[in-house]
Amino acid sequence: MMTFQMTSNWAAPRISLRWIPVFRRNFLVWRKLAIPSLVGNVAEPLITLVAFGYGLGMLIGTVSLNGTAVPYILFLASGSICTSAMNAASFEALYSAFSRMHVQRTWDGIMNAPVRLDDVVFGEMLWAAFKSMFTSVVILAVMLALNISHSPMLFLALPLLGLVGVMFSCIALIFNALAKGYDFFTYYFTLFLTPTMFLSGVFFPRDQLPGVLRVASDWLPLTAAVELIRPLFLGHWPAQGLQHLAVLVIYAVIGFWVALALTRKRFSS
Amino acid sequence: MNLASAAPIFSIQGLTKKYGETTVVNNLSFDIKPGECLGVIGPNGAGKTTTIRMCLGLTAPDAGTVSFYQPGQSALQMPHDALAIKDKLGIVSQFDSLDPDFSCAENLLVFGRYFGLKDAVIKDRIPKLLEFAALTSKANAKLSELSGGMKRRLSLARALVNDPQLLLLDEPTTGLDPQARHLMWERLQRLVQQGKSILLTTHFMDEAERLCNRLLVLDHGKKMVEGTPRQLINDNLEPDVVEVYGVGALALLESPLKSLAARVEVSGETVFFYTQDSKRLLEALTDYPQLRTLHRPANLEDLFLKLTGRQIREDA
Repeated sequence: MMTFQMTSNWAAPRISLRWIPVFRRNFLVWRKLAIPSLVGNVAEPLITLVAFGYGLGMLIGTVSLNGTAVPYILFLASGSICTSAMNAASFEALYSAFSRMHVQRTWDGIMNAPVRLDDVVFGEMLWAAFKSMFTSVVILAVMLALNISHSPMLFLALPLLGLVGVMFSCIALIFNALAKGYDFFTYYFTLFLTPTMFLSGVFFPRDQLPGVLRVASDWLPLTAAVELIRPLFLGHWPAQGLQHLAVLVIYAVIGFWVALALTRKRFSS
Repeated sequence: MNLASAAPIFSIQGLTKKYGETTVVNNLSFDIKPGECLGVIGPNGAGKTTTIRMCLGLTAPDAGTVSFYQPGQSALQMPHDALAIKDKLGIVSQFDSLDPDFSCAENLLVFGRYFGLKDAVIKDRIPKLLEFAALTSKANAKLSELSGGMKRRLSLARALVNDPQLLLLDEPTTGLDPQARHLMWERLQRLVQQGKSILLTTHFMDEAERLCNRLLVLDHGKKMVEGTPRQLINDNLEPDVVEVYGVGALALLESPLKSLAARVEVSGETVFFYTQDSKRLLEALTDYPQLRTLHRPANLEDLFLKLTGRQIREDA
């Protein structure tokens, strides 16, 4: 008697073009709700920018970064756009993806058709990254309108912010695969993303951190994002750009692989 | 079409699934022929849904094979050919997985895309599918505006978007009112007439008797019996049932009347006499005017209860 050969949950992702209809499904829903969701995605980061940037900026004036004085609003804007990309991707890949996966059983329906779970997860990941990218574009446009920076290198910041969205979508999908309910995501936001924000040099330079935290912060995904994107706002190339780029890619690849393995495990039981 | 001699379109052989110490599906085998409706009936926890999940490659069996056959082509096997098999299947699962954010027509369009169908092809099929589901007037209605029966019919229409050869329906009428159920039956009969094959699980014996060419009773993951509804009743049951209830009915169990029945069962205050000779039994019962009787032919429900027992199961 022949028995089923089950491949390991940790086998390499098998991606085909069937992720496209999964992405398009989400796009069609979003098109109906784009305006309210735009307000939510963009208003909050801009309020933070205005309140802290102009408010605190008045008190602080400039921040010393590698010996150069940088206006606080510029320092903050270049960091907070990374935070916005992170939050937008994480929110979509946690709350929204979980609704589709668990609450509405959308994924179960999709897999009744000839679509592999790998393609569903990949489509969801790219979708969350797309929404993050969309948020980044709008915020960047507002920053340009406010004349916070007009460095031509900002155009390079966009694809990098896209990669930041991909990376945080991949990481968030790990927690999506493990979640029993929405409450679980509160832990992820308060215990991981919020500390990450304060340790990655978004609000103040990282050299003010005590030794141990400083070392920890070197390896945070958001640190790599800020270190890559902030110099572009200031009009020069990032130091150790390739290293930071590699950190983003490694987090994204490992994150996706783990997320897929855990999601396969969740769906095989 | 002569179903008995036709080659099967779908076949499972020796399928077994264990969860820890519990064997949920135990060495199960069956075939489905083209244009045949096969019903799988069994109590809750009998292994019906696990069987369907294994047919879809969603749950990996511990042993056994799931094969799909097409004329003139080599057999497709789960899980290796899962995508090629699903391309030919239509699935209505026990719980609706329709998209609440979409209208009826959008649900069909989005689902058709998962099969790699072009939008033009799907949009061409949508009016026919909506008409089949009696939802033409609801094409642009939101899902929240639909009744339970409409949602089930939309699920069925969605399962037909790829023009499948075999439909797997897991309790398609559970929770529907009689009108909605009859409409669903009528549509399923139409599909069988069109030559589609159906694998159906159900709790409703009238549904199984009405729709299925062949039935399989499953309990504790094992096949108890298999055959046409009529043949199963004839082979396993006495032709007549006399139900007796009222004050003192249970005392009949001690009376000589009992010998007139081949088999006697008790459920609550009712005594069921299964008999070859209902005439003599009914005559004898005229001596007990205070008792009420119901005389009827044996049916599938009697068979089901004989095979799987009358008691409620705590784990179900």
